[in-house]
Amino acid sequence: MRKILLAGTAISLLASAGAFAEESVEVLHWWTAGGEAAALNVLKDDLASKDVAWRDMPVAGGSGVQAMTALRARVTAGDPPTAVQMLGFDIRDWAEMGVLGNLDDLAAEQGWAEVIPEAIQAFSKYDDQWIAAPVNVHSTNWLWINKAALDAAGGETPEDMDGLFAMLDAFQEQGITPLAHGGQPWQDGTLWESVVLSRGGMDFYRQAVLEADAEALGGDTMRQVFDDMTKLRSYFDGSFSGRDWNLASAMVIEGQAGAQQMGDWAKGEFLRAEQVPGEDFVCIRFPGTQGSILFNSDQFVMFDLGDEEKRSAQLKMAAAVMDPSFQIAFNTVKGSVPARTDVPDADFDDCGKKGMADLAEAAEAGTLAGSLAHGHGQPSSVKEAVFDVVTQHLNGQISTDEALTRLPQAVAAAQ
Amino acid sequence: MSAREMAIATAAGPSRLNRVVIYGLLLIFAAMYLLPLFVMLTTSFKSLDEIRGGDILALPADPTIQPWLRAWGSACIGVTCDGIKGYFWNSIKMVVPAVLISTALGALNGYVLTKWRFRGHKLVFGLMLFACFIPFQSVLIPMARVLGQLGLSNTTAGLVLVHVVYGIGFTTLFFRNYYEAFPTELIHSAQMDGAGFFTIFRRILLPSSAPIIVVCVIYQFTNIWNDFLFGVSFASGESAPMTVALNNLVASSTGVKEYNVDMAAAVIAALPTLIVYVVAGRYFMRGLMAGAVKG
Amino acid sequence: MATTSPGALRRLQDWLPRLVLAPSFALVLVFVYGFIVWTAVLSMSTSRILPVYKWAGFDAYERLFAQPNWWMALKNLAIFGSLYIIVCIALGLFLAILLDQRIRIEGVLRPIYLYPMALSFVVTGTAWKWFLNPGMGFQNTVRGWGWESFTFDWLVRPDMAIYTVAIAGIWQASGFVMAMFLAGLRGIDSEMLKAATVDGASTFTIYRRIVIPLLRPAFLSAVIVLAHMAIKSYDLVIALTGGGPGNATELPSTFMYSYTFTRSQMAVGSASAMIMLMGIAAIMVPYLYSELREEKR
Repeated sequence: MRKILLAGTAISLLASAGAFAEESVEVLHWWTAGGEAAALNVLKDDLASKDVAWRDMPVAGGSGVQAMTALRARVTAGDPPTAVQMLGFDIRDWAEMGVLGNLDDLAAEQGWAEVIPEAIQAFSKYDDQWIAAPVNVHSTNWLWINKAALDAAGGETPEDMDGLFAMLDAFQEQGITPLAHGGQPWQDGTLWESVVLSRGGMDFYRQAVLEADAEALGGDTMRQVFDDMTKLRSYFDGSFSGRDWNLASAMVIEGQAGAQQMGDWAKGEFLRAEQVPGEDFVCIRFPGTQGSILFNSDQFVMFDLGDEEKRSAQLKMAAAVMDPSFQIAFNTVKGSVPARTDVPDADFDDCGKKGMADLAEAAEAGTLAGSLAHGHGQPSSVKEAVFDVVTQHLNGQISTDEALTRLPQAVAAAQ
Repeated sequence: MSAREMAIATAAGPSRLNRVVIYGLLLIFAAMYLLPLFVMLTTSFKSLDEIRGGDILALPADPTIQPWLRAWGSACIGVTCDGIKGYFWNSIKMVVPAVLISTALGALNGYVLTKWRFRGHKLVFGLMLFACFIPFQSVLIPMARVLGQLGLSNTTAGLVLVHVVYGIGFTTLFFRNYYEAFPTELIHSAQMDGAGFFTIFRRILLPSSAPIIVVCVIYQFTNIWNDFLFGVSFASGESAPMTVALNNLVASSTGVKEYNVDMAAAVIAALPTLIVYVVAGRYFMRGLMAGAVKG
Repeated sequence: MATTSPGALRRLQDWLPRLVLAPSFALVLVFVYGFIVWTAVLSMSTSRILPVYKWAGFDAYERLFAQPNWWMALKNLAIFGSLYIIVCIALGLFLAILLDQRIRIEGVLRPIYLYPMALSFVVTGTAWKWFLNPGMGFQNTVRGWGWESFTFDWLVRPDMAIYTVAIAGIWQASGFVMAMFLAGLRGIDSEMLKAATVDGASTFTIYRRIVIPLLRPAFLSAVIVLAHMAIKSYDLVIALTGGGPGNATELPSTFMYSYTFTRSQMAVGSASAMIMLMGIAAIMVPYLYSELREEKR
């Protein structure tokens, strides 16, 4: 009863915008790269127009590593921020600790259940209660190619791993870095999961990654994957270690490198450099993965603040995040596609349109699976255990044989 | 540098060649120590084009202060583009009270532990000293809990408390070693004259404590100013100190990494501690000799 | 208060020193020792994402020592720690002795050697990373000078990266060690040295036989300071390599941080913290004990 009343007040507050200029939301996030920050500004301005002030709490670095420490400190102190950018299994973990707020009333009011794909709802809900507002759907199995380099290499986009290697060889002959890569564990993992999907297909990805099947993790298909990784490594430049992903994108933008494997947030960087899809750069699914999608969905998790005034601001923010026009404005900047499936694709560029069509197709065909590297495949302990093996292998610290023995062991130990 | 130096050199014994070698070595090492700072400074005055095309050791061909202005006032950190100036004051607000409180406590503790000894004073000192060596990563979560209970979560005051707590061990060590050498007879005669605990401290010890106060203040100032771990965990967002903002700024690249702005911001962040070392460095050595290092 | 008897005032005077010390001591007891006990409890719990107080015995310790990463961290600490301590002391002593030769520009040189200690690696890490990066930094510059085959790519080589971390660490701390030794040298009675010179001993012999043995306390202080800095080194690694390439520069401190905060294995992280604390105690307790006992004499 009290909850319904609360939600009622919140919605009436929404209607009478301007009544409470004092309201504010404190948002913890690690979106500090240019395209990301620009996308976030869309939300900030949107809330400002509803008289909700934005108190920024950026914690940059290592895809949210430090942000999660800061969050733990705040939650332990009993003083969580209003909203936190979060991914996949982390949301479940926090929900399990019983510290998140409930968004059921707002969700029911706005009919979230009808417009959010099931696979994403699985992460926005815990125990059948809405606890997070999904902003977008990213997919990680993309390849970004410099158009000029591609044209010089024959103009044909590759369809499988062999085609990819042929294209990279052609780039090598042009005297550019064939594959731009940033040597950070999560980037290594992102590349690896695309290769897994390409070599083994969706069923193998499910078996090896989502079900953590020891045989699949140490089997022949996986050997092929690791061999491919070794080969891909030979197309990197000499100083890839520790490079940020957006700097790798910049290499492709400037034509120093031919291609980059990265999730669709990379498109934000291309767009900010005023590049046009199809003219300056080409976006394709990672060779051999057309038809399947590895997704991750950025969500704003609302913490239980136990304060009605704060809760009203929180609900305003959640409502703003789910607003179709906001989802369009945000996602066209960020490079992702809307979490809502009922949004028209008219405002999106070719890559965005392709992303939306692919998502709908994959959701239909059941080839939509959570990305391991971005916290939607396994809890973070398992994810990091996989990263350990993949990154050590990619850096030549362990051989393929060792990697195949280590991988199932590490995954089992982390569970 | 001629007649007088020659005289000194001959007086010291070694030949002139030796002097050349010694000076040469010292200068080579000085150059090596200065290199990173040199690179940071020159880069911060270069344009991006020059950085991309050029040699990192070269002087700026066409110096510009644009990167400094951007770093101070208009570089983007997260969604706000106001540079690092606001965070600079956050750091000041944190450092000044934390240094003053921890130094004052350290002085009093050192005084008690040397001149007003009681049974078990060595154990107490040993326990406080060992506290300097605890890895800070392991206290983050319990500390967060305590700060929350005190209502200091995500505030500068909370950060001051943290730095005072983990600074006491060092400040007590400095003052204890210094006061250890202070003649106890003076204290006794003052006591005979009826002077109390605080009077003795204020009238007799404090006036001669300048060297060790300088060491202590420098040490605490640099440590607290440079702290990143506590800052990022307990004061992210609006009350974030400089180092946290710098980290965010360096990570907030927009495709092109603005090395010059990053470097300018880094130099701004380092400026206070650099000034303290250069200005007070001589007193620091004097204080070290006066007893911070026993020997 | 105004009518306190002289006896009570006397007692207050007796207790005053202890009262003055009490707050600091209480803070240390709670915030250091209390938290150590708490960490010990966590290390024997099932905690993953946030503290959970469910007993799990030594499970976390078993898991810790089954982790290849942990062994890597220990191995790296051994390499980094020994290089760091030895080179810092050797270089610090060398510079201190050189500076002690009545150098006229000592006042200029000293702050130059000392300043790295004043800067955080969050600040200098940016410059170091850039400097060591083969594509942009030193290697590129030397090649630009015409030495085309020059290679300095340790930062990106898993087998060498830990040495770049050591170089940066030594750069930072050796000046401070120099200052400690210089302070020690200045404390040595110059009459004694003059006498030795008159006896015809060479400079080298004087230093080896007389001066360096007299610096023993400074050596000890330097080892202690460096050892604890080596064990606690954290932002150095984070700023330079982030623990990579692969896990080539993982140290116990970075291990502990990542297991506690990013890998949701708080119990394992706490267990590694306890092992680190034991390591520190193994160095510090004998030192403190002997130092404090000696004073009695």
